[in-house]
Amino acid sequence: MTKIEIIIKNCNKCQRCVKTCPFGYISFINESLVIDENCTYCSACVSVCKKKAILITRKEEKKDFSGYRGVLVFGEQREGKVADVVYELVGKGRELADKVKEDLYCVLVGNGMEDSAYELITYGVDKLYLFNDTSLAKFKEDTYTTLITDLVEEIKPSIFLIGATAIGRSLAPRIAVRLKTGLTADCTELDIDAEKKLLVQTRPAFGGNVMATIICPNHRPQMATVRYKVMRKAEKKPNPEGEIVRKNVNQTKIRDRTKIVDFFRNNDGANITGAEIIVAGGKGLGQSDGFTLMKELADALGGSVGASRAAVDEGWIPYANQVGLSGKTVRPKLYIACGISGAVQHLAGMQTSDVIVAINKDPEAPIFNVSEFGIVGDIYKVVPELIMELKKKTSAKNTRGI
Amino acid sequence: MNIIVCIKQVPASTEIEIDPETGTLMREGTLSTVNPFDRYAIEEALRLKEIYGGEVTVLSMGPPQAEYALRFAVSMGCEHAVLLSDKAFAGADTLATSFTLACGIRKIGRFDIIICGVKTVDGDTAQVGPGLAEELEIPHVCYVRKVLEVTNGDILVERMVDEGYETVKALLPCLMTITKEINEPRFPTLQGKIFSLNTCIKIWNSNDLNGNSGRFGLNGSPTQVIKVFPPRKRKKGTLLTGTLSDKTKKLVEKLGELKLV
Repeated sequence: MTKIEIIIKNCNKCQRCVKTCPFGYISFINESLVIDENCTYCSACVSVCKKKAILITRKEEKKDFSGYRGVLVFGEQREGKVADVVYELVGKGRELADKVKEDLYCVLVGNGMEDSAYELITYGVDKLYLFNDTSLAKFKEDTYTTLITDLVEEIKPSIFLIGATAIGRSLAPRIAVRLKTGLTADCTELDIDAEKKLLVQTRPAFGGNVMATIICPNHRPQMATVRYKVMRKAEKKPNPEGEIVRKNVNQTKIRDRTKIVDFFRNNDGANITGAEIIVAGGKGLGQSDGFTLMKELADALGGSVGASRAAVDEGWIPYANQVGLSGKTVRPKLYIACGISGAVQHLAGMQTSDVIVAINKDPEAPIFNVSEFGIVGDIYKVVPELIMELKKKTSAKNTRGI
Repeated sequence: MNIIVCIKQVPASTEIEIDPETGTLMREGTLSTVNPFDRYAIEEALRLKEIYGGEVTVLSMGPPQAEYALRFAVSMGCEHAVLLSDKAFAGADTLATSFTLACGIRKIGRFDIIICGVKTVDGDTAQVGPGLAEELEIPHVCYVRKVLEVTNGDILVERMVDEGYETVKALLPCLMTITKEINEPRFPTLQGKIFSLNTCIKIWNSNDLNGNSGRFGLNGSPTQVIKVFPPRKRKKGTLLTGTLSDKTKKLVEKLGELKLV
């Protein structure tokens, strides 16, 4: 049983732990520390106590996991194209597998995926399990869960990584529940404790204001969904030696209870989660027409248009474009925030962007605190000027023949 | 038609920050509220009930104080409320939460649709919805932004995907997680508030649920949080100065140096 103890002789009553507990479960009553019975053992208090006065002991189950080896990556495809995040997972998976000298596997489910399978091998996959069938062209929760769970039970990987995409987030929890194992959502850092073969998973919590490190010591496989554009993409290997293992699809086992009837693609690249450059507008635009200007700037940069919650709530732009805690999390190379004040909830969705630029008329706006470059000024004057400068630069490049 | 809505009581503010100097976490009050995404789930259940008839049961797992969140849901118009509350449920990760909610739902009995918010603002995993569907062995659809039609045996919905949206047909009973685009949640009426005060909220503990107690709470949670720390702080950069044209020129120059334009 896990337990938390206070070592009274060590405690100097600094109360740092009281302020630290994310749940408010530690209090200081009559000169002594009291920990609420609802404590979740998150270890936040242990991390801040300088006197080592709080001790968490966890039951160490001695389970034999020697039968579980290797890292499995889910090879998500949409309309026959392997998702970019898969190459990032292959890169990370290769690194983790190498640290413990184990193999990297990938599972690909779809129709007409032979070429993609060979392609993935060249990125360093040791064994690629391919389910190739006309019935598998589109994502189906039931089919995918059954095929992949059965494969996991057969090949017993120690670690299983899935991209945190719409498909990945829908699929991973079903597989984890069927396997009765742990699943950590939305990891931004992954490492391996080579001795214990533990996957050390780090993810943002509480709207990105806190980072939490999570392990899954007593269950296998250790499953994680991973944010896209965080891990570095795999590099092609000069002499790939991996093999493709073709798997049969046992139709009788599969009962699909959901069916995709139709698909509508967003126009003008509204898939902001994958965008490398985002121009986002907020309430400071003052009117829906402001987004025409945002689009012009985005076009000049070859990027997509995002928005703050305030602008979406005004009805100026669809929810699909919303960035932030209640919208999408993005990590572009360049994020230009126009007329966005920078509330914590918005920052939660974009603060891991490589470079942030803010344009706002209020010099005190908090967005400037997280921006590499800031311009204080009127959006409707700054942005057109900026577009003009960008066009000048582009035409200069063209005349130089670059 | 019987609908079950799963909700969670969350801290009113997620504006938690760690002081980088002392490493202490600074909380902005401890007030609680209904997870914002769950209000859309409650609203959608009520709208479906108004069109197709039936009753709405709202379900939550949490400490005794979570009764507040359930009363809020009843005041919006839900008929029944159930709280799963026990020390044994504390410290649950998404696997244990899915399991415990599934036990509660089996005890509630018959249902056609389960609705969950797409995620909670504190946990932020979006895993409990699909996990719960798997525990109950029913189909699920995530990120639903519109319910088009409910017929005898199935439901037709629109769901958001990475590149757009899809229309999806799912067999009933089914679970859906919904985005905030789907509706505009109503506010409780005075009559609703009075009704909620007179509504008996069923409180079930681990003995009331027919489930393997080893799968509840911390004991049933494979994942363990071992460390909590502040994120890397971004440094405040430079405000570009000069005339309007100076500023934009400098910006384009800087972005050019970084090979972004």
